[in-house]
Amino acid sequence: MTSRPTSTGGLIDGFKTVLRRDLRVSLRRRSDTFSTLIFFVMVVSLFPLGVGPEPQLLRTMAPGVLWVAAMLASMLSLPRLFADDHSDGTLEQMLLSTHSLSWMVLGKTLAHWMSSGLPLVLLSPVLALQFDLSASATGVLVLSLLLGTPILSLVGAMGAALTVGLRGSSVLLSLLVLPLTIPVLIFGAGAVEAHNAGLGVAGHFSLLGALLIVTLMAAPWTAAAALRISME
Amino acid sequence: MPTSKLQGQIKGNINWFKFAAPQRFYPLAGKLVPWFTVIGILLAAYGLYLGMWVAPTDATQGDAYRIIYVHVPTAWMSMVIYVAMAGWAGAGLVFNSRLSSMMACALAPTGALMAFLALWTGAVWGKPTWGTWWVWDARLTSTLVLLFLYIGFMSLHAAIDDVRRADRAAGVLALIGVVNVPIIYFSVVWWNTLHQGASVSFKGTSMATPMLVAMLVMALAFWAYCIALALMRVRVIILDRERHTAWARAEMGVT
Repeated sequence: MTSRPTSTGGLIDGFKTVLRRDLRVSLRRRSDTFSTLIFFVMVVSLFPLGVGPEPQLLRTMAPGVLWVAAMLASMLSLPRLFADDHSDGTLEQMLLSTHSLSWMVLGKTLAHWMSSGLPLVLLSPVLALQFDLSASATGVLVLSLLLGTPILSLVGAMGAALTVGLRGSSVLLSLLVLPLTIPVLIFGAGAVEAHNAGLGVAGHFSLLGALLIVTLMAAPWTAAAALRISME
Repeated sequence: MPTSKLQGQIKGNINWFKFAAPQRFYPLAGKLVPWFTVIGILLAAYGLYLGMWVAPTDATQGDAYRIIYVHVPTAWMSMVIYVAMAGWAGAGLVFNSRLSSMMACALAPTGALMAFLALWTGAVWGKPTWGTWWVWDARLTSTLVLLFLYIGFMSLHAAIDDVRRADRAAGVLALIGVVNVPIIYFSVVWWNTLHQGASVSFKGTSMATPMLVAMLVMALAFWAYCIALALMRVRVIILDRERHTAWARAEMGVT
């Protein structure tokens, strides 16, 4: 770490330091963020070529396609969450530090979401245009992604912590994390479909919010425990 | 070993941890395997006889329904084994006992097999009754996800060279999975459903008595089969991990 945190600052100090540092690192490696974004755009653009440009079909498929592409794109950037810090020894220093590891993991996860999840959310309205989604449906899609992508980062952090330093960890990571994120996909894409069918979306958003709160409480702690196992 | 301290504390009444040592559990498992194998074979023979000859033909589904004598027990076992596996993995994490983690490893392939068989027999049943091999129905999808979770557990364990680290990491994954299973289950239930509701519940049953009896006998047969299989596999795992010790080498006939 660049600046050594003092142990008098409480729990939040480690969180803030790690968040600031990880954001700075991702700003200096902009190509990583961009390649994730370009992957997202390309996967989404491949679908109309594969299934044909029928507008009605595309409108029906749009939420699912965008959601699946967002999940795959966030899987793509997950292995780097701990791998770089593991290879240069920073992770060991974090484990040895007096600050709460769970809070530092939360800081890293938030930085990961801000550098890979949030750009996807901001880009999704443009892609929704390609699929001829109505303005209100696009709004629902963006909101569902805004609630859902942090869950992907949090669940992904647990998987990344379990697989840190392993051979072929990126494929294994997707194998572990994707089944666990199925509820997010169902409720996220389901919100847009419910909106298109003229049903209320409050239920879907409430469930996504509940999932976010539960993973927010459990995931950093579990990922910290997994890191301790991986690094011993 | 942390267990030895606990062992000392509760030695007063029953020695709960006597068989926590792989060396002591190995012969016990060896004695239990033939019993569960014989019980499993007898129950399966009786259950299949009841199911194929005694139970009546279903009024709406004809004879095609008879696959439930394999389908329902395998589906039950796939869920029961996951919970048991997570329980052993959790015990392995808490007590740091090697045998618990070995049990979790021994259960995983059997659980995956049960999940696969439940999907396979379900497809065979779905073709004559629903007219399709596969639908994206809640139960089918959640069983498929369960199969993925088993595969994830085994892959993670296989990917880590250090066995004790593999035990702990896979244990954490099993526990994450067991928390997530109800969430997945309800999410897919609300998402889509075609599978018939459960015929058996604590409130009562909508099945004819001979059918129910045959199914329960088959379920017990699958319990015995899975226990026998897990014990056989845990014996192999114990020998594999203890191969450096004198007793394991003697057991294998290596000098």
